[in-house]
Amino acid sequence: MTAELVRGQNQALPWTRLEIGVEADRALALGAVLVGEAGHALGGAEGIALPGVPPPPGLAAPGPPAPTHRLAVDLGALPSAATRLDLFLALPDGPGAPARFGALAAPRVLLLGPGGEKAAGFAVTGLAEETTVVAVELYRRNGAWKIRAVGQGYQGGVPALLTDRGIDPETARRLAAVAQAHPVAPLPPAPRPDPEPVPAGPATPSGGRVDYTHPGRRPTAPAGRHPYATPAPAAPAPPTAPAAPVAGDASGWSMEERLHNQVWGMFEDLARTVAAYRGAVEFAEDRRERELDAVLDDPRGRTGQGAAAARAAASERYETLVARAQEALDRDLAQLAGESQVVEPALSPALAGWESPVWHAYRPPEQPPLSVRLGDLGLPEAPELRIPMLVRLPLERGLWIDAGRLSDGEGESRPAGLRALAAGSAALHATRLLAVHPPGGLTVHLLDPAGSGAAAFAGLRNAGLLAPAPPAGAAGVAEVLERLTRRVDLVHMAVRGGARDALPPGLDTAEQLLVVHDFPHGFDDRAVTRLRYLADEGPAVGVHLLLVADRDDAAGYGPLLDPLWRGLLRITPLPDRHLADPWVHHLWTFTPPCVPRGSAVLETVVGATARARRPGR
Amino acid sequence: MTVNLNKGQGISLEKKDGGVLSAVRMGLGWQAAPRRGLFGSRTREIDLDASAVLFADKQPVDVVFFRHLVSDDGSVRHTGDNLVGGAGQGGDDESVLVDLQRVPVHIDQIVFTVNSFTGQTFQEVQNAFCRLVDETNGQELARYTLDGGGQYTAQIMAKVHRADGGWRMTALGTPANGRTFQDLMPSILPLL
Repeated sequence: MTAELVRGQNQALPWTRLEIGVEADRALALGAVLVGEAGHALGGAEGIALPGVPPPPGLAAPGPPAPTHRLAVDLGALPSAATRLDLFLALPDGPGAPARFGALAAPRVLLLGPGGEKAAGFAVTGLAEETTVVAVELYRRNGAWKIRAVGQGYQGGVPALLTDRGIDPETARRLAAVAQAHPVAPLPPAPRPDPEPVPAGPATPSGGRVDYTHPGRRPTAPAGRHPYATPAPAAPAPPTAPAAPVAGDASGWSMEERLHNQVWGMFEDLARTVAAYRGAVEFAEDRRERELDAVLDDPRGRTGQGAAAARAAASERYETLVARAQEALDRDLAQLAGESQVVEPALSPALAGWESPVWHAYRPPEQPPLSVRLGDLGLPEAPELRIPMLVRLPLERGLWIDAGRLSDGEGESRPAGLRALAAGSAALHATRLLAVHPPGGLTVHLLDPAGSGAAAFAGLRNAGLLAPAPPAGAAGVAEVLERLTRRVDLVHMAVRGGARDALPPGLDTAEQLLVVHDFPHGFDDRAVTRLRYLADEGPAVGVHLLLVADRDDAAGYGPLLDPLWRGLLRITPLPDRHLADPWVHHLWTFTPPCVPRGSAVLETVVGATARARRPGR
Repeated sequence: MTVNLNKGQGISLEKKDGGVLSAVRMGLGWQAAPRRGLFGSRTREIDLDASAVLFADKQPVDVVFFRHLVSDDGSVRHTGDNLVGGAGQGGDDESVLVDLQRVPVHIDQIVFTVNSFTGQTFQEVQNAFCRLVDETNGQELARYTLDGGGQYTAQIMAKVHRADGGWRMTALGTPANGRTFQDLMPSILPLL
């Protein structure tokens, strides 16, 4: 009996000696990485099994790229420090090889017991731009080994996969060349027209043709759809069975715009669905109150059997209505969750979370994106569902990261350490904005007169991604604000006078992001006035504001700064319920972006951004 | 096949094949006021407005009209205000779309109304009608003619209400007076 695994599913391994099999319709390279506690390859390059390289203990050397593979693993012989073994598939180099996994039928990974009997199978479906995929992982949990179906990959290929596991880029590139070297001509050049594609090796579980469809997916979802392809017209389905969601299922001129609109559509749908649910529950409560009041108002029937029955009936009517509302909510949430599952992996870096694989394949863009993700939004009715919070670029209003307090719905709280978190959050937002602009497209100025945000911005500062630091203290504040004010004024004049080409030659035409840390420290009245001018007039001419501030620090200004605070988009460094949607004004929980623990993605992105900006490129 | 409804007549919104309607549209059309003389633009335009009021247990819960184009739950949408009317050839000038499957469970009646925002009575309006269309295939389910509606500025057209697990439509055609749906509330409530 073979178990069919779905992505994310795990299963205990009853043996220590086993084989991993791969079956595909094209030649694929197979490799394995032994991973230690920290998520890094064990012993660097020595923990990696690749064809033509001496394998680590407990692993056989994989064969050269081929449509089928068998890799023997002896779990008992693996180094005791190994907590995980990642098995990955890669597209081979060479003429005729496909450029992405989306172009070939879903490869199948098999778990074979010591006698060669099949114990589990996993069809790696839903792949698109990836060129390397971690198919399954064997991992140690409480001393016992388990297998998990992963099926997630990297657009940047084997180097990205290895770099993510702590191998330095140079070595990763060298090893990747070894893994993907193709010694033989590519095998079948085209998909076989023969409807009986029985691969070599043991028969498939059903004994018939290989079933490439994902077992947990509805049949209308085409497997391995290219996420940037134009969505095919949905097959007419009966209204009771909604069509499977497709990424980019919205209007727009480009895939980017379609995805942006789709995310906003999901945002609106979730807001309205929850409004319907809340409306129904509120109505049910009101009606029960009214009915119970009516029972009490009638002095004859206040006690006794009739009253009890009336009360029970009121409660039952309440329960029935709430249950039906819940049913409708669950139906809609399931639909949105399915949509979120296909949309999230299709998002480009600017719109994707830091945990997305697209950031591992990051390359500096040539065009600024349409919009950028500031974080996630959620409602308590749907804790699992996170809607990306996308704002259009260039930013129409400045951002204010509140370092002072959280407003969690009703009250306010002041968690300790919020200031440090706010500085880190600001650096993360600045990094994303820098990375999604083309090289030279955005200049970031950091105003940190007290130096308290230096640690958070050290990464950007050391990589040379910040404009030259102004003198410390109030003098630096005055200098930077003066320069930016002059720029805004000049560009405004040029735009109004229709003489854009008359701007002075030294003027930096890039968009400017002014990060002010610890406002209003180091600001005198004149500087505050200048900042307000920038906040009001800057966005129209490409000068944007990112303020890290505790409003109480500026309490000395009284109500004079209220318009400034109101004009900025307030976000928080911790999850907080304070943002309202434009349709029904629910309070949404904003979750700020964060980088997965132990991931080196931020360093990779900062490094790549810095390299692209170096003069001479 | 179109049913020309008479006042008080009800029809079930079930399809002939036994399926239930999933989306309906209330369309409203009327002929723009004729232009006269040199200063044609000075002609008084006729602005009719279609509205839908959502009721739960005879209490108004939400309303969709030209200032609130989408109900909070998103199930009822108004396609936008038309201020002058159309050719009077049977095309809809204002539409209210109802996604019956998404209507919140507590909403049990939706009442459609027409008001003359500019104050003309229906006697002065040419070729005015209101119709209900199956939005999935564009088929007209029912039509109601407003012409000769007498000295009234508003009409409560029809109500769509839950019955036996599905939806049913009843033509009301009750005349009333008022500029917007708010003025009609006293007339609507007895009809629920």
